[in-house]
Amino acid sequence: MNAQPVLRLDNVGCSKGGRPLFRGLQCTLRTGHWLHVAGANGAGKTSLLRMLCGLSPIDSGDIFWNGQSIRAQRTEYQQDLCYLGHLNGLQESLTALENLSFATALRGHAAPLAQLAETLARFGVAGRGQQLVRHLSQGQKRRVALARLALAPARLWVLDEPFVAMDDAGMRMLEALIAGHLDHGGLAVLTSHQTVNIGSAPMQTVELRS
Amino acid sequence: MKAGQTRRVGTGAVLLAVLRRETALALRHKGEVLTPLVFFIVIASLFPLAVGPESNLLARMAPGVLWVSALLAAMLSLQRMFASDYADGSLEQMLLSPTPLALLVAAKALAHFVLSGLPLVLVAPVLGLQFGLGGQSLGILMLSLLLGTPTLSLIGGIGASLTLGVRGAGVLLSLLVLPLYIPVLIFGAGAVEADASGLGASGHLSVLAALLVLALFFAPLATTAALRISLE
Amino acid sequence: MTTPGSHLFKYAAPQKFYALAGRMWPWFAALSAALVAVGLWLAFFVAPIDAQQGQGYRIIFVHVPTSQMSMLIYLVMAGWAGVGLVFNTRLSGMMASALAPTGALFAFLSLVTGSLWGKPMWGAWWVWDARLTSELILLFLYLGFLALQSSIDDPRRADKACAVLALVGVVNVPVIYFSVTWWNTLHQGASVSLTRVPSMAAPMLWGMLTMVLAFWMYTVAAALARVRSIILERERHTEWVKHAVE
Repeated sequence: MNAQPVLRLDNVGCSKGGRPLFRGLQCTLRTGHWLHVAGANGAGKTSLLRMLCGLSPIDSGDIFWNGQSIRAQRTEYQQDLCYLGHLNGLQESLTALENLSFATALRGHAAPLAQLAETLARFGVAGRGQQLVRHLSQGQKRRVALARLALAPARLWVLDEPFVAMDDAGMRMLEALIAGHLDHGGLAVLTSHQTVNIGSAPMQTVELRS
Repeated sequence: MKAGQTRRVGTGAVLLAVLRRETALALRHKGEVLTPLVFFIVIASLFPLAVGPESNLLARMAPGVLWVSALLAAMLSLQRMFASDYADGSLEQMLLSPTPLALLVAAKALAHFVLSGLPLVLVAPVLGLQFGLGGQSLGILMLSLLLGTPTLSLIGGIGASLTLGVRGAGVLLSLLVLPLYIPVLIFGAGAVEADASGLGASGHLSVLAALLVLALFFAPLATTAALRISLE
Repeated sequence: MTTPGSHLFKYAAPQKFYALAGRMWPWFAALSAALVAVGLWLAFFVAPIDAQQGQGYRIIFVHVPTSQMSMLIYLVMAGWAGVGLVFNTRLSGMMASALAPTGALFAFLSLVTGSLWGKPMWGAWWVWDARLTSELILLFLYLGFLALQSSIDDPRRADKACAVLALVGVVNVPVIYFSVTWWNTLHQGASVSLTRVPSMAAPMLWGMLTMVLAFWMYTVAAALARVRSIILERERHTEWVKHAVE
């Protein structure tokens, strides 16, 4: 695994339903930095993030991870990537612990239940591990979804509106978590409507407009 | 990153995790699993009501009727395969997993077979008795369903992944998948008939096994392609 | 770096192809009409009366070409679909969508003419012979394609999904045909077969070939005309379309 991973967007463009959303996006993100994707509603922030993950095809241009196009190295790239989208990725009929256990397994890792429970506690959902996700509040569900970030190593975090439904304490916790991740050599790309303060980490902004 | 305490596991463990999850979900939604089974029984019972209880006729019809009913019941539960994971974002996470998606899909199809197909295999002989099938025929019926229902799950996965989030997905899924089911139906019902008429079912059963192997290789690939398209 | 064929690639752009198709399809339509006239003349006036089947057999001059075309179109459709998936070109998907209704039409006509042939010959409007049954299943595959196309709102996603479906279908067609043939011989033996075309005298062969060519020309004309309206609809946000429809 590359110790100094680099994410590079080269002339990236996107269109939806035949209409172009944005074009010519150029950006390089290095270790320890994070990228703030800004833009009005409907400007294409989620589309860009999905393109970054490899979920959506890149309409024009290319995205490079460690010098190689992400299209050419899907498995390696996905090993390094953790994505949190609008949807939590949690099955309502399973407990929080079961969901986390599966999410960890999907990334090719395993963790003992005690560690999962401890992680939930760190994310402010202590003692709710055995409850079905259906019975948690929106904010608690989001926290469980975020707990995935702490469980399996990924160099690049792609987070779509991670601060939504979080209270002040939650926001502080998440900011600290991302700061810690960046300190340890990670990268992050996120969108947020709120002002975000991730310690002293260097930030780049990409503004999407047509 | 403090995540170093989690240990890496092999692909086998990941697939087991998929199976465990599907089983847990099925146990919490027993109705979803049992309803197609009941449907199977009800549909099969409609035929004697429609054509009369004459035992020779029923015995002759039995392989076809039971196979068609099993097919329809298997189809009913296809939507479960991906729809709820699609709705809550779990499917997205599966697409982003470093584990090859084709293997995850195969694991899901296996789970679907165990939870939806196997019950049909176990209940079919009871219905076969109602239709007057003899002992050996019942065995062949079970064997043909055992070989055929995994294929139905695998092929059904293609249809289920193509119609994710689409209007009228249920009926559309049936329309897409039924023509592809026809070879399995022909050889499945044919096996029981061949046995009943004394010709021996081994030829039919071999073809069913061959179809299963074909489906095992190609269906997960097609399903993977369809899933990526549905989640673009 | 221009290779001999590279100038053709400009036609992969919908706008250029729209113009090209517009110029081409009337020729194909005219050719098709001419060939149909010749074919029907050969079928009705030149080909001799069959010893066993009398005048009624002449319907095969429509039945056999339509069933061959329905299968050929499915192959071509799947081919375009595959190209579209591999090269991610928009036009390939549109071509596949343009061909599908014509393919379905030929499959349907094949069933109807097969039925019309069967009635005077065998006394039944429908026989479950291997060819007709396979044709029926092919019609189902076409209808599935069309249904999936119309159910998905996003045209790019619809094209790609239908492409996967077409490729899965094309792999299944031999399996289905094999299964249905087995099923038919097992149950009916060699009793009924609509595929027993009378042994071909030369004028019959010419008539058949002419009709196949005629339907082929019609397919090309119909597909080109249809792809033009698909292009207009899909690209309606672009400038050139706005000018074209003014």
